[in-house]
Amino acid sequence: MDFGFTTAAYVVAAILFILSLGGLSGQESAKRAVWYGIVGMALAVAATLIGPGSGYWLLSLILIAGGGAIGYQLATRVQMTQMPELVAAMHSLVGLAAVFVGFIAHFEIGRVATYVAEGGDVYALGTFAGLIAKKTVVEINILRVEVFLGIFIGAVTFTGSVIAYGKLAGRVDSAAKKLPGGHMLNAGAAALSLLCLIWYFNTGGFFPLFVMTLAALFIGYHLIMGIGGADMPVVVSMLNSYSGWAAAAIGFSLGNDLLIVVGALVGSSGAILSYIMCKAMNRSFVSVILGGFGGPAGEQMAVEGEQVAIDADGVATALNEADSVIIIPGYGMAVAQAQTAVAELVKKLRAKGKNVRFAIHPVAGRLPGHMNVLLAEARVPYDIVMEMDEINEDFPETDVAIVIGSNDIVNPAAQDDPNSPIAGMPVLECWKAKQVFVSKRGQGTGYSGIENPLFFKDNTRMFYGDAKASLDKLLPMIE
Amino acid sequence: MKIGTPKEIFEGEARVAMTPESAKALQKLGHECMIEAGAGALAGFADAAYADAGVEVVKTAAALWKGADVVAKVRAPDASEMKRLREGQTLVSFFSPVADEANMKKAASKGATVVAMEMIPRISRAQKMDALSSMANIAGYRAVIEAGNNFGRFFTGQITAAGKVPPAKVLIVGAGVAGLAAIGTSTSLGAITYAFDVRPEVAEQVESMGAEFVYLDFEEEQQDGAATGGYASVSSPEFREAQLAKFREMAPEVDIVITTALIPNREAPEIWTPDMVAAMKPGSVIVDLAAEKGGNCKLTVMDEKIVTENGVTIIGYTDFPSRMAAQASTLYATNIRHLMTDLTPEKDGVINHNMEDDVIRGATIAHAKEVTFPPPPPKVAAIAVQAKKPAPKELTSEEKRSAEIAAFKQQTKNQVTLLAVGGALLLAVGLVAPASFMQHFIVFVLAVFVGFQVIWGVAHSLHTPLMAVTNAISSIIILGALMQIGSASFLVILLAALSIFMCGINIFGGFLVTRRMLAMFQKS
Repeated sequence: MDFGFTTAAYVVAAILFILSLGGLSGQESAKRAVWYGIVGMALAVAATLIGPGSGYWLLSLILIAGGGAIGYQLATRVQMTQMPELVAAMHSLVGLAAVFVGFIAHFEIGRVATYVAEGGDVYALGTFAGLIAKKTVVEINILRVEVFLGIFIGAVTFTGSVIAYGKLAGRVDSAAKKLPGGHMLNAGAAALSLLCLIWYFNTGGFFPLFVMTLAALFIGYHLIMGIGGADMPVVVSMLNSYSGWAAAAIGFSLGNDLLIVVGALVGSSGAILSYIMCKAMNRSFVSVILGGFGGPAGEQMAVEGEQVAIDADGVATALNEADSVIIIPGYGMAVAQAQTAVAELVKKLRAKGKNVRFAIHPVAGRLPGHMNVLLAEARVPYDIVMEMDEINEDFPETDVAIVIGSNDIVNPAAQDDPNSPIAGMPVLECWKAKQVFVSKRGQGTGYSGIENPLFFKDNTRMFYGDAKASLDKLLPMIE
Repeated sequence: MKIGTPKEIFEGEARVAMTPESAKALQKLGHECMIEAGAGALAGFADAAYADAGVEVVKTAAALWKGADVVAKVRAPDASEMKRLREGQTLVSFFSPVADEANMKKAASKGATVVAMEMIPRISRAQKMDALSSMANIAGYRAVIEAGNNFGRFFTGQITAAGKVPPAKVLIVGAGVAGLAAIGTSTSLGAITYAFDVRPEVAEQVESMGAEFVYLDFEEEQQDGAATGGYASVSSPEFREAQLAKFREMAPEVDIVITTALIPNREAPEIWTPDMVAAMKPGSVIVDLAAEKGGNCKLTVMDEKIVTENGVTIIGYTDFPSRMAAQASTLYATNIRHLMTDLTPEKDGVINHNMEDDVIRGATIAHAKEVTFPPPPPKVAAIAVQAKKPAPKELTSEEKRSAEIAAFKQQTKNQVTLLAVGGALLLAVGLVAPASFMQHFIVFVLAVFVGFQVIWGVAHSLHTPLMAVTNAISSIIILGALMQIGSASFLVILLAALSIFMCGINIFGGFLVTRRMLAMFQKS
């Protein structure tokens, strides 16, 4: 098998990957799209294995199979509510792999340089090494920059993802934390990396590369530590983007077009997702990355009134009388694992001929589209799950809105109070419904720590308690 | 504590401050309840019903005043009741600190605590004890009923075999609680209802009740009702003129006028002048809910119904809530019960008269031998100040078109600039970089472009699967490791092997999880 075959296989794989991403535009076509992706990946791996430059076939296959077995276990065992953690953890693997591959490339450059200096036969080397050997000085320099970038991005992705995983899984405190010095430390580490780049550029030694790796690891750690839990959807999609750019940079250094194409696809996909998330929160991307909510511009409106509690009986009566119901799920539903109970409730209400729908805010949950996945798991039909823009106008004609474990995304202060930290963020206008029930664990504030005037409104009743326990109490009363 | 309710002494007062139901709720707070025999009779609550609810029925008012720690009643106490009020006793009733100033001072000097129901601040937390509102609600309803009783025609328009009946036209002046209740009743009876208020911000509430708001052709910065605790304030003479001119214009048209205009601590403003009454059709009815404060119509006689020379009936009753004693008592007793709940925070039957609490402080006019009126301004503003909303400008179709064209131009401009800058950058890179790099670079730029085009189309609900799938795909980095594992260096092999292993996890994990998620999406 020669180069021609490998290249052809790469083109096919690239097209399959593009189709795979494009197919996600609809629920039905998406099921086909995954297969495109799987076939594309199999093709790419097979072509590389057959193609020049590889060796230790058996070892590679065994390693892939071993990794695959672990991946299979993970994928089948993970609970849908833990999706954000899983995605973050997997990003860290890609980041680490990028770092390793970058190191390998560096070693190869060094090896080839010595080899050529000793006057060896260039063609006896492997593909990559052969490729390097043929390069001019300028090209080698560019190569070094590429390797450097690949390792840098990979290292940031690695520690960043590990921290994001820790925050999402609750192993690291999710509050935004910064070491003394704050962004100066990040800037310092970045400057250090830049110095290392120049150093590496001139000498090609391992040491600057190593120092830079440490600096990048630190940046990844400190950057994500400084971002609060509520911004995790943005962080996860941003890391997703980084892992793509790392792959692209490595692709450049290896001269592999497929890596470049796929890396660029993933990179731009993550970037767009981050952009969408930021837009949904009315935050600029920079302010999310630089961490935390900006200080409020003035005094916030005092919330006045009291939260009126209600018991399951009252909620059941209202639901039995209502004709139209909109449910607004949030992270609290995921935490309480209440999605099946919610689905059961919806089934019962729908069986009585009521118009029940879900309103999903773009940043509900800790991952883009988190709520959709949870509801799908609980077998809620996706055609009653609506996006914010589709359903926001329907609230005034709705009898009952039920807020389950969401807070900031239904905060009227975003519209009414120009001094609120979330001012201007698009929110679900559930308070326009005739009656609002809020299922909530206690009287505390949400992730952002902002008081929510919704809970004090006249048509709002608080249904305190764990979301799942509350719903289980409610279910038998719906007839 | 013992909570007692005497029989109302005031002539014609049928309400009672405690119902059997409210007594049960009060007992849950740890209180004991007592009632004077026959107190609830006029409101339809028999002594036996009270006794069944665990209330002690005492024979005389004297025994009740002696035994009760808290006396809850409706009307302000008269001279004989003031005599019975004793030190340490709490009186809860309507009690105007302005009109009954002497009694208030007397109560304070005696060492009794007086909670005046009309002084409950108008904040949302205190709505449940706002007896003025619950009584006004009844008054508004009853005003329409009384008007209908004295009006010789239907409210609804009908076309019958016996001829056409025009619908009644009702004008309601003042859209406070009573006004809104009247609007609701009137529209549901089928009349064409107009409503007016000096506070333009209530137009929305009026329209939500199904009435038409009467707008004046008048430009003036109206004082926001929120600043005065939600009550109307005095308007300028020019505004008044414009208002009267409008009413004069409407007078020959309307069949029923219900006036509810009151300004706190002032005589009722005159809004329906004698010449308007003269202009009305015979058989028309005016219900003046402000009769007690002098009336919105100067012809009104308090507590009486009169018929003018041109056949217009003017009703000046002041006892509308008492005319619906059962309903009024239930609501009033509930207001009292909520107040007692706030006074007994521990639910242990011990009253904690917390003068730090805005609501309790505001309503208490005599406490601990001191007159505590007027109260300090409440700590929280009653109603959020409405931001002045500029009216959204209606765009003409031309303006819309030009806006669209401008947006299109802007878009084109943006796109062209982006392309130009991007192209220039590419060229600049191309000038320095060697050809082999440019080859890859072009692939890279194209791939980014394709990515941007494709990802915008991804459904919002599929963002999580998208992340999982891109995550799996980004393991393509495995190729880099696979290409190099054949190297001679041990270190390289080790690192490559590790990378392959990790990518293996990722590929399988990512794709499987995506499949799992997608399989769950189903249509109903």
